[in-house]
Amino acid sequence: MVGLVLVAHSAGLAAEAAALARGIAGAGTPVAAAGGTADGGLGTSVDLIEAALRSVDQGDGVVLIPDLGSSVLTARLLEEDGRVVVADVPFVEGAIAAAVAAAAGVPLSDVLEAAEEARTYRKL
Amino acid sequence: MDAEVFVAWFEEAARLVHRDRDRLTRLDAAIGDADHGTNLDRGLTEVRAALAGSPPETPGQVLATAGATLIRRVGGASGPLYGSVFRQMARSLESPVTLAGFAAAFEDGVVALERLGKAALGDKTMVDALAPASRALALAVRDGVGVREGFEQAARAAEEGAKATIPMQARKGRASYLGERSIGHEDPGAASAALFMAALAAVVA
Repeated sequence: MVGLVLVAHSAGLAAEAAALARGIAGAGTPVAAAGGTADGGLGTSVDLIEAALRSVDQGDGVVLIPDLGSSVLTARLLEEDGRVVVADVPFVEGAIAAAVAAAAGVPLSDVLEAAEEARTYRKL
Repeated sequence: MDAEVFVAWFEEAARLVHRDRDRLTRLDAAIGDADHGTNLDRGLTEVRAALAGSPPETPGQVLATAGATLIRRVGGASGPLYGSVFRQMARSLESPVTLAGFAAAFEDGVVALERLGKAALGDKTMVDALAPASRALALAVRDGVGVREGFEQAARAAEEGAKATIPMQARKGRASYLGERSIGHEDPGAASAALFMAALAAVVA
């Protein structure tokens, strides 16, 4: 299965978004949270992202979903062609769409596409 | 320019950023999230420790260590941005380091920065200080001036570039959400970038 890492400025935001995505996609979906700095503050930690990446990497690729700012910049530094990709998508909607697709067992490019469709979802 | 000069550059940059930490944070409080001074001060303190812990033998190793440490330890957007500049410079720099070689590697670093941040001149970012500094270095090489004068010209260009961000409207980062209200404030990233260039001029003076 394709793994997902939710990268947010806040540990709480990333953890809850990951819990929500797993709740909707299925408890066994490989979604990990990498929120905040290593000392628990607001920001981004390469170490936390790399640890989260390893925890969800089953060999089928990993999608990183950042919230904004330093999360995006740091996630982009970890991209590996065809293996680790950053999704340019709304954080919550993109995470849920990607998690549902990943749980269905589709390949990395399809998970990314499902996440990107979340950009055009209208709520009303 | 040997590894010692590059170590001295980061030590001086750490000193200047520590000295101006509160000014950088005040600039960031006006249009950002008020952490630039503390973040960069922490990151550069870690860079000094990393360089002291295992003294690098080549300028490239100094730049690679500094870049990787900033990416790992800053916690804000300036970490990956400055980190990319120095890591790219580490890859591009050829030994022995001349002003021309430094200028070429620096230009590559600025290109890597623009690519990662998707920022261009006039967006009110650190690019507005570093791109003019890069141009000044290229002109210094063309005119055949010495290393010291070349770095002084780059430092002046970076300082002028940072001040030129005051009337700009931000198009990148948190400040861009402020729209026209971002006008009238110096960009904190451009301000810290000017300190890096001032530090470079200071260590070869």
